[in-house]
Amino acid sequence: MSALSDPTIVGGACWEAVKKLDPRHQAKNPVMFVVLVGSVFTTVLGIQALGGHGEAAPSFILGISVWLWFTVLFGNFAEAMAEGRGKAQADTLRKSRRDVQARKLTQPKYGSPFTVVAGADLQRGDVVVVDAGEYIPMDGEVIEGAASVDESAITGESAPVIRESGGDRSSVTGGTRVLSDWLVIRVTAEAGQSFLERMIAMVEGAQRQKTPNEIALNILLAALTIVFLMATATLLPFSIFAVNEAGRGQPVTVTVLVALLVCLIPTTIGALLSAIGIAGMDRMLQANVLAMSGRAVEAAGDVDVLLLDKTGTITLGNRQATAFVPASGVTEVQLADAAQLASLADETPEGRSVVVLAKERFQIRERDLQALGAHFVAFTARTRMSGVDVEGRQIRKGAADSIGAHVEARGGSFPPDIRQAVESIARQGGTPLVVADGSRVLGVIHLKDIVKGGIKERFAELRRAGIKTIMITGDNPLTAAAIAAEAGVDDYLAEATPERKLQLIRERQAEGRLVAMTGDGTNDAPALAQADVAVAMNTGTQAAKEAGNMVDLDSNPTKLIEIVQIGKQMLMTRGALTTFSTANDVAKYFAIIPAAFAATYPELGALNVMHLASPESAILSAVIFNALIIVALIPLALRGIQYRPVPAAELLQRHLLIYGVGGVLLPFAGIKLIDSFLSLMGWV
Amino acid sequence: MSGSDLFQICLYLAVLLACVVPVGAYMARVLDGSLTFLGPMERLFYRVSGVDPAAPMTWTAYAGVLLWFNLAGTLAVYGILRVQHLLPLNPQSFGPVDPHTAFNIAISFATNTNWQNYGGETTLSYLTQMLALTVQNFVSAASGIAVLAALARGLAAKNSTSIGNFWADLTRTTLYLLLPLSIGLALLLVGQGVIQNFDSYVPVAGTQQVIPMGPVASQVAIKQLGTNGGGFFNVNSAHPFENPTPVSNFLQVISILLIPAALCYTFGKLVNDKRQGWALLAAMLIIFVPLVFLEAQFEQGNLEGKEVRFGTANSAVWAVATTAASNGSVNSMHDSFTPLGGLIPLFLMQLGEVVFGGVGSGLYGMVIFAIIAVFLAGLMVGRTPEYLGKKIEAFEMKMASLVILMPPVSVLLGTAITVTAPMGLAGLQDRGPHGFSEILYAFSSMGNNNGSAFGGYGANNPLVNSLGGVAMFLGRYWVAWPVLAIAGSLAKKKTVPVGPGTLPTHTPLFTGLLVGAVLLVGMLAFIPALALGPVVEALQ
Repeated sequence: MSALSDPTIVGGACWEAVKKLDPRHQAKNPVMFVVLVGSVFTTVLGIQALGGHGEAAPSFILGISVWLWFTVLFGNFAEAMAEGRGKAQADTLRKSRRDVQARKLTQPKYGSPFTVVAGADLQRGDVVVVDAGEYIPMDGEVIEGAASVDESAITGESAPVIRESGGDRSSVTGGTRVLSDWLVIRVTAEAGQSFLERMIAMVEGAQRQKTPNEIALNILLAALTIVFLMATATLLPFSIFAVNEAGRGQPVTVTVLVALLVCLIPTTIGALLSAIGIAGMDRMLQANVLAMSGRAVEAAGDVDVLLLDKTGTITLGNRQATAFVPASGVTEVQLADAAQLASLADETPEGRSVVVLAKERFQIRERDLQALGAHFVAFTARTRMSGVDVEGRQIRKGAADSIGAHVEARGGSFPPDIRQAVESIARQGGTPLVVADGSRVLGVIHLKDIVKGGIKERFAELRRAGIKTIMITGDNPLTAAAIAAEAGVDDYLAEATPERKLQLIRERQAEGRLVAMTGDGTNDAPALAQADVAVAMNTGTQAAKEAGNMVDLDSNPTKLIEIVQIGKQMLMTRGALTTFSTANDVAKYFAIIPAAFAATYPELGALNVMHLASPESAILSAVIFNALIIVALIPLALRGIQYRPVPAAELLQRHLLIYGVGGVLLPFAGIKLIDSFLSLMGWV
Repeated sequence: MSGSDLFQICLYLAVLLACVVPVGAYMARVLDGSLTFLGPMERLFYRVSGVDPAAPMTWTAYAGVLLWFNLAGTLAVYGILRVQHLLPLNPQSFGPVDPHTAFNIAISFATNTNWQNYGGETTLSYLTQMLALTVQNFVSAASGIAVLAALARGLAAKNSTSIGNFWADLTRTTLYLLLPLSIGLALLLVGQGVIQNFDSYVPVAGTQQVIPMGPVASQVAIKQLGTNGGGFFNVNSAHPFENPTPVSNFLQVISILLIPAALCYTFGKLVNDKRQGWALLAAMLIIFVPLVFLEAQFEQGNLEGKEVRFGTANSAVWAVATTAASNGSVNSMHDSFTPLGGLIPLFLMQLGEVVFGGVGSGLYGMVIFAIIAVFLAGLMVGRTPEYLGKKIEAFEMKMASLVILMPPVSVLLGTAITVTAPMGLAGLQDRGPHGFSEILYAFSSMGNNNGSAFGGYGANNPLVNSLGGVAMFLGRYWVAWPVLAIAGSLAKKKTVPVGPGTLPTHTPLFTGLLVGAVLLVGMLAFIPALALGPVVEALQ
């Protein structure tokens, strides 16, 4: 739902807009500060005019003054609107940050004696125990136990998640609740630094620092403001000279100069600049991504290399067995039978799919391993095989090289036709799983990766927008190449290790590229820390979350693509509104210059191409247009400009046409319309 | 416009463009150090002055040396002007120059402005013209080209702290480029009748009149080639001894734009992408060519203040060329132009002298505008902007902002102070909007280091001399310093490889955006002032 149609947000923003008139707040934005000073100045002039000593009619001065105040208020309102949604969200989060009593253990072991302390007093390294129904007092690492935890306060996802010691699911967040069992947790954050507190600060924009690009733009806007300050301030001596020479008319009034100045300085972008930034962060939040800094959001727009994990991102998580390729002298049924036996105890999706394939193809029924007295051999990182010892047979399945070593150690040999089959499967993007019985190789199971639908088109879009995708996989180079081709990625890293990932990122960065990646495991942490945009999965380890500069609460690796688009949107919205704001000035000159010198140089009336009713109405109309355009553009600032994955030049042409040429033309019509309305109502 | 006018303008443009590649390629070899045929002489200079031409300089070192060198030049000129009566080669026995006039002249020539608040033939000795002014004509031009070379190196370098060596750039530019071209041009001009002697002024029998003499050709050649523009005589290239024939006129007006135009090609070569140079040249031509034709149109039939041997078309081409480039020499009196005919030179200067501009300085100004255009364009396509593979960030924008800030500030403030001061208004020949244009022109010319005068305004008073001196100094170094800072900052950065997401900066689209940025920034700052000067005059 759009924040603009939410009455509580709009109402709150109106009040906030007034509160933001505080000069200390305005001083952060040089453009709007100039408007504020102008508003105060014209108000004083108006009051003076009411006393009968004014430089112009009090109604004119105060009319200008009121609209200058509105200009400032509209800018404040835009910012307050952008903050509104975040504020509401922060309130909800704050409720989950409760003061809990923690049971601090004296020994890092379940059941050891404990003291009760306030959660806020916990130090990094303390060990606490949390039972079912209790809140976890602080971010930490599970060192003992396993439990289901309700993390909905943070992720919005109501289904409980499992947290257990060791592995990649050991990280817990303060403010979440243990539903069953118990956990012994080593505290990893201190009060005020917890994930929840950082999240509240980010959402509220309390810690919002200007992003590098925003700083650069602010400098340019300040420079333009100084140029226009010069152009208007020097008009006073110029007009005194002109009046003396022409012998008629009055020098231009300070009110008109202030009005001209406010119209010329880039108020449109100045008023909306911070709203655009906050709205960008907010859009990230709507996508359930928590950016740790605005800098990261902006960097996301610049990313030109995406590192994507194959599994889960490019392919469906599970590989499926699709064929049995028997060795010569072995029938397909024999191979299927052995393969099923070896997979019966294997609960991985791949293992299940072997069992299912054997059943479907050859109606080989599942057997009860316990009844057979079979001994299951689990997969270990050292042997890199799994299998079963049953009825004197030693059935093993595993990667070609490990099975090769296994049979050769038993005096067997690896048949050349199987070697060929292995290569051919790998080349097709499959994973070959070789099955052996004792020292005899029976054949190969063809495990196939299923590439997600529509992903190829997505990558093509990214490529057109100048973003390269690199697939990261633990597969061998042949398999990786085939899947890379099928998915349409630009490059791949096969047999990836944490070191090779890190090296790849460094290489790309040395070429001047900006690299984004996702990760969840502790071994991803170095690469995440090195990447320019690093998205950690919320399900991931504490180390991964600390190394990343964004956390994806949905833990969806495809999110990276969305993040890049939000980053780009933010930059584009700023650029478009800057262009629009500056282009607007042309029409304002045509309105104000003839009006300001109507008495001294009536010839300049020829420049009044809009045929505005009177000098006063021309100036007032320009000021009103200048204020109203801010309101009109608030929705665009909050929503952001729609991103299209097309080449840069095409995008530029489109935006120059809309915001540049449109920015020159629109105010002519707008000012004329306001002027007609004012004179129709008889107000000028 | 008559057929012969059209032909003359087209011939001018054709000859100018034909020179771009050969001269540009030659200059690239001068600046990259690959030309060595004058090696012994070059090394002699280095040995005598005790500098190591191969020593790399950081941007601060480069900028510091540039500033000190130019400051020393300023002091030398000031000293010679103040004691010229004690020095030889002064056949007319001119006395020392006023302190405030000398201050203005010294800054004027060291900054490549060559604004003249004096009459050359009634104020300066031959030695002063040669030793003070002509020397600065060479080294101020070489300084501008050196800064451009440093900027190009900053753009081409990767992870480097050095942007070249100022002494090497200065020496090589003078030795291989400016001296040979000037010698050639001076000889051609002497062939057309430009004088070159140390004679006393010649009295005309039976009258009070004397005919001034002097070493004219040697100074005129570099005045045109180095976009200096300071004439030997008060009326500059309208004087028959400075510019006697249509042929000498053609040679000079070509020389005005020769190096600024060809430097675009040089720049492309130095940054290893010739298309970038062509795009910048195209942006300049898109503004320049229509204005030449408009000027010729506005001045058609208006012979007041023009030399009949050149006619209106050649005067119009010259007026646009000399103000597009920051040359400032004139062959007709701009004060006598029609209001709109006077508006064009005024506006060209107010654009910040980036349409050709001064040798080196015009192009580095244009590159700054390209950086601003690229920044806006980058935002509009949703990517941190890059120019030639270098990311444009807050520091570059800060420096670029300083560059675009300077011309409006110094021109508008100078004009504002002068129109309110009785001393400033005393020298005014015309009243009303035309009088305003005369003062606005004077400060637009000084603040942007052009040096041409509208005429009609006696600017030789302490107020304008000191305000103008400050404006010229800021107009030169307030720009050169940030440019070198950008060069240093870019040199340190890595180069981002080109991809489909990169915004190309050599396309017609980008060139159009660049033209738009130059025109918009210039226009928005000066519309009010122009409205009260030439615009209201044209409407009257």
